[in-house]
Formats: sequence, C-alpha cells, structure tokens
Amino acid sequence: MLVKRLLKRGVAHLDPPLAGLLGLLLLLSLATVYSASGGDPDKVLAHLTNMGVALTALFLASHIPPQRLMQFALPAYAVGLLLLVAVELVGDVVNGAQRWLNLGVTRIQPSELMRLAVPLMIAWYLHHKQEILRPLDHAVAIGLLLVPVALIIHQPDLGTALLIATSGFFVIYLGGLSWRVLAGAAALLVLAAPFAWHLLHGYQRQRILTMLDPSSDPLGAGYHIIQSTIAVGSGGVAGKGWMNGTQTHLDFLPERTTDFIFAVYSEEFGLIGNFLLLLLYGAIIFRGLVLAAGAPTLFGRLMSASLVLTFFIYAFVNMGMVSGILPVVGVPLPLVSYGGTSMVTVLFGFGIVMSVATHKKLVKT
Amino acid sequence: MTRAAKTSRHANRHANPLLRLDLQRWRMRLVMTLIFGGFAALTVRAAYLQAWQTDFLSDQGDKRMNRVIPIPAHRGMVLDRRGEPLAISTPVESLWVNPREARPDAVQVQSLAGLLQTDPDPLARLFADDARTFVYLKRQMPPDVARSCLALGIKGLYAIPEFRRYYPAGEVMAQVVGLTNIEDAGLEGLEFAYNTWLAGEAGMKRVIRDRKGNVVEELDLLRLPKPGNDLYLSFNLQIQYLAYRELSEAVRENRARAGSVVVLDARTGEILALANLPSYNPNNRATLSAERARNRAATDAFEPGSTMKPFLMAAALDAGVVTPETRIDTGPGYYYIGDKRITDVHPKGVLTAAESIQVSSNVVAARIAMDLKAEDYWRLLTHAGFGKPPGAGLPGEAGGRLRPYNTWRPIEKATMSFGHGLSVSLLQLARAYAAFANDGVMPPLTVLKRREAVIGQRVMSEKAARQVREMLEMVTQNEGTAPQARVMGYRVAGKTGTAHKLVGGAYAPNKYIASFVGMAPASNPRLVVAVMIDEPSEKRYYGGLVAGPVFSRVMGGALRLMALPPDAPMDAETAPNSAAPVIGEAA
Repeated sequence: MLVKRLLKRGVAHLDPPLAGLLGLLLLLSLATVYSASGGDPDKVLAHLTNMGVALTALFLASHIPPQRLMQFALPAYAVGLLLLVAVELVGDVVNGAQRWLNLGVTRIQPSELMRLAVPLMIAWYLHHKQEILRPLDHAVAIGLLLVPVALIIHQPDLGTALLIATSGFFVIYLGGLSWRVLAGAAALLVLAAPFAWHLLHGYQRQRILTMLDPSSDPLGAGYHIIQSTIAVGSGGVAGKGWMNGTQTHLDFLPERTTDFIFAVYSEEFGLIGNFLLLLLYGAIIFRGLVLAAGAPTLFGRLMSASLVLTFFIYAFVNMGMVSGILPVVGVPLPLVSYGGTSMVTVLFGFGIVMSVATHKKLVKT
Repeated sequence: MTRAAKTSRHANRHANPLLRLDLQRWRMRLVMTLIFGGFAALTVRAAYLQAWQTDFLSDQGDKRMNRVIPIPAHRGMVLDRRGEPLAISTPVESLWVNPREARPDAVQVQSLAGLLQTDPDPLARLFADDARTFVYLKRQMPPDVARSCLALGIKGLYAIPEFRRYYPAGEVMAQVVGLTNIEDAGLEGLEFAYNTWLAGEAGMKRVIRDRKGNVVEELDLLRLPKPGNDLYLSFNLQIQYLAYRELSEAVRENRARAGSVVVLDARTGEILALANLPSYNPNNRATLSAERARNRAATDAFEPGSTMKPFLMAAALDAGVVTPETRIDTGPGYYYIGDKRITDVHPKGVLTAAESIQVSSNVVAARIAMDLKAEDYWRLLTHAGFGKPPGAGLPGEAGGRLRPYNTWRPIEKATMSFGHGLSVSLLQLARAYAAFANDGVMPPLTVLKRREAVIGQRVMSEKAARQVREMLEMVTQNEGTAPQARVMGYRVAGKTGTAHKLVGGAYAPNKYIASFVGMAPASNPRLVVAVMIDEPSEKRYYGGLVAGPVFSRVMGGALRLMALPPDAPMDAETAPNSAAPVIGEAA
C-alpha cells in the first residue's frame, strides 16, 4: 500500500505520453549506438549508464516546482556569466578555442550551463515584467541574451552561441516581442549577412563553403559530409538492415556514434526509418508544445516552449548537417547520439517541461 | 500584422488570459510552420538522397570499399641446360605500417626493432610520423619473421605477400642471368630480355577494404594469376663454374682490369658458358655497379688484333690469292705501305702462308691483304657476322665496327688484315671461329637450349676452312705462338691475339688486350672457347702467355665434362700445360 502510494506519488509529475515517446527514442538510440559502435559492450554499457543518469535527471527535474526553478534563474545566470568571463580571462585553449575553465579538479565548459541558464533567466525576467511589458523590457531581455552569446562567440564557439541565441530568442519571441522589432531585426540580419561573412573565422567560412560544394576538398573539410551523404544515400528506401551498414562498419564514416549517428541510422534503416524517426521527433515536439501551451504561468509557458523548440533546433541542425543541407556544426542528435552531457541536459529540460505541466493543479498561480 | 502586434502589446499590458492565449496561438502557429518546414526539408532531402540519388551514392559507397587488387604471379625459373636452377622465386612478405593508425608502446617497438634487426629510435620516430599513411618497414623478409612481427599485435602493421628472386649461381653467372628489381620485373641480363616470358600475369581479385585499407572480405577471384614460364638456357653450369674459376684466377694472377670467357657448341651455336670479370653477387646488391653488371663479352667491342688473321687467310684461300704453301718473304721484318710501316716483333725471313699464321706475322698478313680485293675480305667478314649484333638473345649485344670496303684506304686494308681498324665483341669472335670448326658454316648463336637442328651461314668454302684449321693447329705446337693452349689428349687449333688498346683514339703503348680463340678436338671440332684478358699488368701481355693457359684449362675441362673422345696420343711433350697447370710456367 505504502509502496503503491509512493510509486503513484513518484510518477505523478511525469507526463505518460511524452515519457513514452522519449522512451521509444531512447530504445532507438540504444539500437543505433550498438550498431555504430560495432557491438562494443563497453560503449553500450556506458550509453546505458548515461541514459540512467539522464532519466534520473528528468525524474528529479519533474519534481522541482516551477517557483523553485524561478529562484534558481538569477543565481544560475550570474554564475554562468561569471564563469564565461573567467573563461575569457584565464580559460584553457583547446584546439584553438578558449572554451574550458580549469577548476583544478576538473575542467568545465561554462557554455553548457548557459544552455539552460539563459532561457531560464529570460523567462524569469519576462515573467516578472509581464504586468507592464514595455519595449524597454524587451531590450533588457535582448541584452541578457546577447552578453553571454557574445562571450561564447568570442571563444569562439559559434555553433553553441547560435543555439543559445536561438533558445533565448524563442523565449523573447513567445514573450511577445513586437513584430516591428522582429521585422527590423530580420531586415538587419539580411543586410548584415555580407558583413558577417567577413567577421567569420576562416574555418567557419570553410564549413559553409564545404556544405555548398563538399567535393572542393574531398579528403579534408569535405570528407565528413561526403561520407555521411554516401552513407545516407546508400541506405535506399528500405535500408541495409540493422548492423549491416557497410559505410559505418568499414570505418568510412567519421564520428559515427556521436555527431554523425544519423548517417548510421539512415544507412541501416533507410528512407522508411527516417520517416519514422522524424515522426517520433515531431510527436515529441508536438506533445511538448501542447504541454507548454497548457502551462499556467508565463514563465512556465516560455520556459517549456523554449526548451522544446531548442530540442527541435538541435535535431534539425544535426540531421540537416549530416544530410548535407546545413554546414557542419558540432551538435549531437539529441537523445540518439552517444554522449552523457547532451543527454542529461536534454532530459533535464524535458523534466522541467513535465514539472511545469504537472504542477499547475498543485500550486496556485 | 500591425494589428497582431498591437493586440500582442495590448494583451501583455493587461495580462488578459484569453487574449494571451490568442496571442500565443498566433506565435505558436508561426513556430509550428517553422517546425513543419524544417521537417519537410529534411524529408525532401532524405527522399532525394535515399530514393532519387541512391544508385549513385550506393555506387560511390561501393567504390570506397570494393577494390580490385592484384595477386602476384610466380615468376618462372631460369635453368641451365640440365635443369640446374639459376634464378628462383620464393614467397616472401613485405612489412608495411600506417603510422597514423599505429600506436605501439615502447616494448612493442623494442621487440619489432629486434626482429627487424634495426635501431628502435628511428623506428619509434617513424611510428610517430602521423603525416604518413603507408611506409614499408622492410621488404621481402622471410615469411616466418614477418609472422612474428605481426604477432606483436601492433595496430596498423601489415604484411603483403611478394616473391623474392634468388640466384644460386651468384656472381658466376651474374651478368648473363641478370636480375630483377624489387617489384619483380627484369632489370638486367636474361631476366630483362625474357621478362614477359618469365613474369607471367598477375591475377586479380575483388575485395572489400575498410578505410584503413585492410582487406575485410574477399568477394571473388576475377582472374587467377598465370605463373611465368621457366626458361631453359643453353648454358652448362659446370662449364660455367669452370670458366669463371679459371678466368678469375687469370685476372688475379695478371692483375688485369677485366676479362671474359665464351664457350660455344660449334655445331649448334649454343652458348655453353659465358663468364665476365669483374662480377657481383646478385643476391647481395651492395657490390652492384655498372662496371660489374656489364656483360662485357657481349656488349663491349674491342680491336681484336691477330685473331682476325685466320679470316684474312680464308678469304685469300677462297679468292685463290694464296695456298697454304705459298712462300712470302717478310724481308727485314717490316713492310711499307706508303709511309706507314708494318712490323713483326721478330724478323722471320721467308714464311709459307701456313707458317705466317703459326708465328702470327703482320708483314705477311699485310702483303696478302695487298693482293686481295678489299671486297672479298669484307664479304667474308660480313658473312662471319662482324659489324652487326650476333643476336644470341642477350640484351645490348654490340655489333662492332666494320666499315664498308669502298671506304678502305690501302693502309686500312693492311691494318685490318691483322685486326686493327675494326672492332668486335668476344661473342662475335667466338661465333665466327665456329665457321672454322664447322667446315665453313657458322651456326646462329643462342642463349636458349636448342631442341632442333639449325641451318647455319656459309662463311667460306669447306676446303678453306679445313686448311685454316690445320694452320691454327700449328699455333699450339712448340714453334707456334701458343703452346700454352694445348690440352692433353686432344688436338687444339686456335689463334692468339695481342692488341694495343685504343685509349682516346690513339694506341696506348703499354695497355694490351690479350686473347686466344680456339677449338677442339681439332680433328672434328665440337667446342669453341674464346678468352680475353683486358690490361694484364704483370709484365706478360702476349695472348699465348696470358690467355693461352686459361683456354687450355677451360677447354680441357669442358671436353672431359662433355665426354668428347680424345684425338691425340697422350705424351708429356704435347701437353705441358694440362699436366702441370700453373699459369705463368710457360713464360
């Protein structure tokens, strides 16, 4: 009886449809990582461990009431910003980019923290100003977004910066940013594009050029994209079958358990598999947005919707990159790629979405 | 749009839940459109790649993993006429490494260095060089050593099967057999000349290879390797060993620069032995140089000197200018043609034509040449194969120099009578002497074992050939220039040659080429042996003294090896050399 009650209380904050869809995606991930690693038991076990940790994070996050979460917004953002400044001043340079902060015991990448802290902060800010939301408040929100983004761009880590900018932008956009400002910003972006080209680093320009014509450097910058396109395309409609992807198993495909896992999946499961995967992603996003729309507070709506939309952006950017319609950005396929950090961050986010959706009856707004 | 924006501001300001819902629906709809658009783009792209372009991309994928790789073919053996191997291919392994892939630890590098018998430091540096993806560590190593190396378990270390060529006869036949390069293609000698025959055809197989080039699976055999053919040579390895041994002895004793010996079967034109010095060991190429790799007997033309006198004599006999008994006065031992003086070493008085060969008189040769039409002498030389490569099948055979007779000045006709003003290779000379051995008919030369009779070229009348042969037999008598060339139990006919070397267009006063060409058994000659010693430097330089003993021993050994019946009574007086074969004793 007690166990039953505890169990009931335990799952009370989970959303069964969303949880079920996420579970399906994780099963698919397990199968694909198993194949991509060539059945390496160590890797599969590590992947399972990551899943366990990430699911625990989801479970915990779903139990944090939105009010409590809001209390974390300012401190998390402030700490994250401080760390970013610290990286700027004393960060370690790895592969030419200053992204890591050495804490003596371990090294951390503060930009990872900001993936959650930035939308959290902006959602919190807009929530507090919602009674009288003035253009000035939006300007402040934009400022809150641009400062960390600028710092991350400077590291340089353009991919992460753009994704954080996107997640923050979704918050501001859904928080009611004026259409005029939107249109103005869009126009400005279009006008600035040619100048932005000159601001890009050499390797960033190279990535864009490579996307447009991978064969210009088939053994260098174009290698990844050519190999992944071949892997995807040679899968055909029905795919080569699980564990039978030749491009994968003969080692032609780079980063095949992480950023390029979509190519492994596509080669083995084909066009039909891709439809199913897109359908699954679509269903998760749709369910997430439904939960977000039903949230009782502006903070809850903004936070949830931003998390779900960021999830979409991650998935879209990764699949677009692997299939060759977007430049190469180091973004994993959320919940499918091997790798603990991304999985924990994403499932923690879905935990927040569930928390926001399930705490409405329990807490008055 | 402005209406929507106004609504939005209004809604936020008043925090009206209903209006807010409306606002979110607007904004959400745009977001949903974005999501739908994104997924649509991915779907279209996936369909384009996986349905429309799938054939092309699958093909591209196959190209990356399907490779056709060659299977090396076994190169044919080179064998002597009795089947003794002269060149054999054995399977070996070549070890190569992909440094980008290989991450050996210090112990592995140490063990590998031990197996390869090299220094571990350069080896470790090589492994650390990530800029390279294919480096041979060692080529053509014994398969068991290669297996031990692979057993160290170093990633990125591979072996490919190859064949290595071994030459059992080593330096004894180095220039004739030649050698192959590391890719198993003939470079020199018969390995080069008969490369297509020996090489066979590499097979082909289709395999699946991964990115690092490892063969993961063999799909199908496209073509079996066609092994090369064996090449049976005319050579007799026993005679070859004999010739090489005697030649090297003579070159050493006389401190000569170089030397060659040719042994021919006078009936068939088969080369039974051909030795050159200096030589090299084809199994260890450290000693390989152009100087040592040259098959001098075939590729080098020299002014032969007196060994040409028998051809003049044959032409004169056939033209009716002389008979063996014709008496010719050598006068004071010299003879003027214009203002040029032809001299003999010792004044000889009056000599018969036959005696002039026996003592090798330049004056008699010149006087006969003056009576002979240039055309007659030239025609005989041409029929005897001078002036063009003999076509034995060796690479780079020299043709020598023989100018057309209508350009000969009288003095040139005279000097050509005793072998100056024209050049020949030792191989040409040996073959031309086969005409004397064979009653005037010269067989075509070959390095291959003959399986059927051949038709030769008539060079002179049978009568002239016999007459000259009798004169040549007198050369090895005590009154001749080469008693040292005698062979116990056999009658030997031959001719000495001692020629000043041409150095930079002028005759060097103290540099000679000593030679002897002869045949036995003289009653019915079967073998022709030609010996040439280049620049003997131990005070002796006469052909009889330097080349005669070599001839005697090589001819004697070859006659016995071929079990040819003796045609001379055995007594000590007629066979001083064979009884006590010490070089230099005759001097």
